Order: sequence, then C-alpha cells, then structure tokens
Amino acid sequence: MKTEDFEFLANMLKDRSGLMLTPDKVYLLESRLTPLARKRGLDTLDALVQKLRVSRDEGLCVDVTEAMTTNESFFFRDNTPFDLFKNHVLPAMEKSRGGQKRLRIWCAAASTGQEPYSLAILLRENWMKWQNWKIEIVGTDICTQVLEKAKAGTYSQFEVQRGLPIQMLIKYFTQEGDTWKLNADIRNMVTYRPFNLLNNFVGLGTFDVIYCRNVLIYFDQNTKKQVLERMRKVLANDGTLFLGAAETVLGITDAFRPVRGQRGMYVPSDGDAEQLMGLG
Amino acid sequence: MKLCLVVDDSKVIRKVARRILEELNFEIEEAVDGQDALDACDKNMPDVVLLDWNMPVMDGLEFLKAIRSREGVEQPVIVFCTTENDMAHIRTAIEAGANEYIMKPFDREIIEAKFTQVGLM
Repeated sequence: MKTEDFEFLANMLKDRSGLMLTPDKVYLLESRLTPLARKRGLDTLDALVQKLRVSRDEGLCVDVTEAMTTNESFFFRDNTPFDLFKNHVLPAMEKSRGGQKRLRIWCAAASTGQEPYSLAILLRENWMKWQNWKIEIVGTDICTQVLEKAKAGTYSQFEVQRGLPIQMLIKYFTQEGDTWKLNADIRNMVTYRPFNLLNNFVGLGTFDVIYCRNVLIYFDQNTKKQVLERMRKVLANDGTLFLGAAETVLGITDAFRPVRGQRGMYVPSDGDAEQLMGLG
Repeated sequence: MKLCLVVDDSKVIRKVARRILEELNFEIEEAVDGQDALDACDKNMPDVVLLDWNMPVMDGLEFLKAIRSREGVEQPVIVFCTTENDMAHIRTAIEAGANEYIMKPFDREIIEAKFTQVGLM
C-alpha cells in the first residue's frame, strides 16, 4: 500500500472514530478492507482508496470505519470485571440506591452484546433482589452492524462456549438450529444505540457504572483524556468505571483514580466509592 | 501439576486435546472408552476427566453415572466434550453430575475458558 494511501485512510479513521492506526497495522487495513472493496465491486484496496478520495461516498466511509473497529467479544470476558460487579459494585449500589431503586449501567463499547448481556445475567441470577428496581443497561457502539447482532441476541456455538458457563446456557438460551438465542427476558434488559465516543455525551443521562473496555487503546493520549473526562461528567460521584486490563487512567487524567489492588477498576478522584464497596 | 484423563475413542481427538492441555500445564492420561476410563480412575484418580459421549463398550454418560455413584472417593471434575450439541443432551449430562459441557468442534480458547470456569486454572 502506498504511504499516501495509508495516511489518507489513517487520517479518515482518526477523524471519524478516534482510531489510531500506526504503519505496522497495514496488514489490518488490507485484511479487513479487501473483502469490503470486493463487495463494492472494486478490484483492489487501491481502487477503494481512490473512490474514497474522489467521491467522498459517505456510505463507504461508514463501512470502512465499521470494518476497522475491532469487535471481538466474549461472555464474561476476563472474569474479574464481572466478579467485581457482582461482589462489590452491586452490594454497594443496593445500599446507596435502595431508596430510589434505580440503576443505570453503560457499556460504551458493547460490540455484539456479550458484555451488557453478561451484566444482565448477573442481575437475573439474583432477581429476587432486583426485580422491583428500575434497571437500565445501555449498550452503545460506533458500529451499527454489531449492534444489530447484539439486539438479535443470536450467537454461534463457538461464541456461547467462550466464557459462558453451561448452567447459564441452559437457563438463558434457546437453541435454534446451529445457533443459540438469548431469551427475551435477558434481551429486554438491554437497550442499544449507535454512539461515537468522540461525540458529545449530552443526552445519554448519568450512569452508576460504566464499562469501557478495550477501546481507549485505539485512541491517542489527547482523545483518551477527553473521553475519560467526559465519562467522569456522566458518572455518579460514587460510581465505578471499568477499563480493559491493558488500559489505565494513570498519566492521562486526574478525573479518576484506580481502586487499589483491583485491576481495571476506577472511581472518580473526588468520590469515596471504595469505602461504599468495601474496597477502601 | 493436575492430572487430566482424556476419554475419547478417536485417536485424533485425544491427540489434539493432549496437545492443548499439556500447553495449559496438565499431566495427561488417555482412555479409549468408558470402561477403560473407569479402570484408569481405579489406578489413579484424575483431577479432571475430559469425556466424549459416544464410544464403544461403555459410553460417556454410563461412565459419568458409574463414577458419581462411587462413595468414599475423591470425585473428579467432569467436562463432557462431544458432538452431541442439543439442549436435551446437555441437560441430561448436567443432571447426571457433569460440571461443564463442551460442544465439538472445540479449540484451545474453549478448553481454557471451560477449565477456568470450573476452577481448574
């Protein structure tokens, strides 16, 4: 791929999604965009870049962005963020929100839905406690295609075996031929909407818990800082933020601080969420 | 090192499972059917059994029931690993005392995820 073509695509992707593409990721462009080029009746990736340059075809720009934003996801991915949710976040919320009985959770890179549905399943496992609560789980993603899959709640045999305990498959899924469909009671606990983290967060409302895992790694320092600081503004003072295991707020922003000894878990710097969660 | 007994009448499957599990730091014994597996358990009870369903002589479900009915022995973790991929089979296996269930085809990630869930890793 020509250097100027790479730079053109890298700039376009950064503007549209915040994705930082370094030259060592040329293979990623080629492997993900060549099938898209063919689908559009173009012979090569070069032809696709040419078309983008000349026509500024908005539909094509969206398709390219969607193809490049990674969407790998498992149920209960990495386990720890879900154990912490069950054992620390929920008990603290049960106490502090016991009056209004409202809980809002945001999965900011919901992808194909495994993360928000894992949280919904954890709530469902203790439904006696939560059934009278108004609980909203909002799943957003920049990619509308993955959100369609998330909404459908239909997963392949491979997908339901990565991270999902068999007891939960029995309890919450129905087999449909080769695929497994999540039952409506879990699906209905999550609402999905397309959302770009580079945009204004106004209109999302405020949240008690935010999961934003394995997204910031694709952003440059300044974009990370901006996204994290906007997240602070839509998170309750005693709320919790979960980042991916390879991500941190340290050296990026003072808006959050890590919870000591709990990898990937962050709280607002000016709050006291650790005490409430018994992690102080 | 934990001991895993791989029970499958297919030599190819046993070999694939052995390679994955050795990489995950398990010691491996192999058995070719349920009866062979029971004999292996009598000699040296494994920590975990990776168990096929359809096998000659004694199938996986019979093996599971036989081992679970034994009293006074340290019970192994049992993970089914079979092409039987319908809900009825899964329920039957879990009700008979299986701890986890893998639907073939499997890969390293699935084995790793399932073994983690049952606390073996």
